[in-house]
Order: sequence, then structure tokens, then C-alpha cells
Amino acid sequence: MTNSGTPFDPVTLWIVIVGMAVGSFALRFVFIGLVGSRRMPDWMLRHLRYTAVAMLPALVTPLVIWPSATDGQPDLPRMSAAAVTLAVGFWTKNVLAGIIAGAGTLYLLLWLFG
Amino acid sequence: MPSATAKSYFWKAVRDSFPFVFVAGPFGLLFGVLAAEAGLNLVEIMSFTVTVFAGSAQFTALQLLREEAPTLIILASALAVNLRVAMYSASLTPYLGAAPFWQRVLAAYLTVDQSYSLSIVQYEKEPQMSLPQRMAYFFGANGLIAPVWYSATLVGALVGAQIPESWALDFAMPIAFLAMIGPMLRTLAHVVAALVSIVAAILAVGIPYNLGLLVAGVAAMMAGAQMELWLKRRGRFA
Repeated sequence: MTNSGTPFDPVTLWIVIVGMAVGSFALRFVFIGLVGSRRMPDWMLRHLRYTAVAMLPALVTPLVIWPSATDGQPDLPRMSAAAVTLAVGFWTKNVLAGIIAGAGTLYLLLWLFG
Repeated sequence: MPSATAKSYFWKAVRDSFPFVFVAGPFGLLFGVLAAEAGLNLVEIMSFTVTVFAGSAQFTALQLLREEAPTLIILASALAVNLRVAMYSASLTPYLGAAPFWQRVLAAYLTVDQSYSLSIVQYEKEPQMSLPQRMAYFFGANGLIAPVWYSATLVGALVGAQIPESWALDFAMPIAFLAMIGPMLRTLAHVVAALVSIVAAILAVGIPYNLGLLVAGVAAMMAGAQMELWLKRRGRFA
């Protein structure tokens, strides 16, 4: 098996894999397995509702503004592709449509300006 | 044993889940490709995808591994992305909580966006469903999707390292995340959470150890929850 990129320290990688396997299962099991039919407090459900939409934009924003492929220089094709992906995903509610539109925009602009 | 009707609910769920093949397939493929590009070997990639079984959390962990973030931060951030499955688990409990222990263990593993959204709609539509029927439907919702996810990851992992740099795969991850975010913006509160998340991520970029992600995430989560309360008080919550 070849390592084309930067290989990670295998110990770190396996800690992440095992930790995430245990952690993800615990998150899914905690209520259905242990809490049973007791009701969760409203404030907790209200915060859990926004976890994904709160974390993912924070993760993706630096990747869009300072892309690694251009050594952190803001880049028109990548920014445009990001905007198109988000807009199409929002209007169509379709993940795949967003990906196709975004990738199409990226390739078109890289071909025009690259 | 109502096994015959339970069986028909299993297959109904398999049919209902069919459109999600076109989400899980490309996503699994992309994860396999990007993980291979990042230098993970086949055993590592497949262990990751089979044991964790959570697309967005896997992409998050992979990105932070590439940024060489500290291990604890990687775990905390990736699990935070996946906190919503705890909400799914809570919301399924009234319907499935009385099932045998081993079934609940399996159901917990299989709690993902697709199986949750399909099942909760089905349970609300047919409240008279028996517990075995509900369980059969829940398992059926993964009967097709889980094998598609595993095998797509495998294919991606096998071809991954051969993809040339001109394909600009460096930007596949941001595009995948942004495509996931778009459909999540269902209410004004979700939009506010996303905006706070973006602004906080930019402001927090100087915070060491990639802790900025968690800081921004918590701030955005609280903003979304507060916005929801505010909208509710004004009686305009959609």
C-alpha cells in the first residue's frame, strides 16, 4: 500500500479512528440505549439542533478564503465555486446538485484563468 | 410473530431509501479518494469508514489530521460535528426504546441522517406500526445505503492515489461540506447559526491548536438556539 501524501503518525491516526468509533457510537447509543423514554430538556435539544450547521461553516471558511493549493492566496475560481455550491445546495436542497454545480464552476474557471 | 409484515416494512424502507444511493455513493467515493490522497492505507480507510460510519465527522477528522491538529482537538471537533446524531437518538427513543437490547445496539450504530429522516417520517405517518415493524423499517433504511457507503469508500480508496493533481481535488472537501450546508439552512435560526459560524471562524483564526473551530461552533450553536427562542417569542418560527 502506497502513501502518496504526507503519511500521518500511525499511532495518532489509530487513536483518532478508535476514539471516533467509540465516541460516535456513544453519541448514538446514549439516548436510545440508556435514557429510555425519559424526556430530554428542551434547551439541550435546541442546541443540538444547530450543531452541524454551526460546526461545518467554521471548518470550511478558512479552506475557502485561504486555500492550501494556492499557498493561502485568495483565489477567484475556488471562491466562486464555493459560492455556487452553497447557493445551489440551498435552493435545490440537493447535496449532489450542489457538488456538481460547484465542481463545474471550479473546472470552468480554472480552465479559463488557470 | 408478525415477521411477514415486518419483512415487508424492511423492503419498503429499502425502496424508500433508494434516492439516497446518489448521496451516499459519491460521498463514500470521495472519502475513500481523499483519505487515500492524504496517505491512509486501505486497512486504515476501511476501519475508519466501517467503525465510525458518519460521513461529515469523518471528513472533519481527515481535514484536521491533514492540518496536524492535536489529537484531542481532532476528536472533540469531529464528534462535535456529529452531535446531531445524539438528537436523532433522543428523537427515535419513544419509537424504538422498548426494543430488545441487541437491536438497540445495532440501531444506534445505524443512526445516520438518512435512516433517521426516513424513519421518523414513516413513524409519524403510520402511528399504528408495531415495534418489530418499526425496527424492520429502521434496519431496511440502511439495508441498501450502508453497503453502498462501504463499497463506494472501498472503490475510492483503491483509485484514490492514482488521481492526477490537475483534477484540483484539494477543493473537493470544501465543496462537499458547502453542499451539505446548503440544504441545512432550513430556517432563519439555521442561517444565523451558519453566519455566526463563518464570522467567528475568521475572527478565531489566530487561536492555536485549531481550537478556533470549537469556539466558533459553540458560539454559532448558541446563536442558533437564541434565535430560535427569539423567533418563537415573536410567534414567527417557521
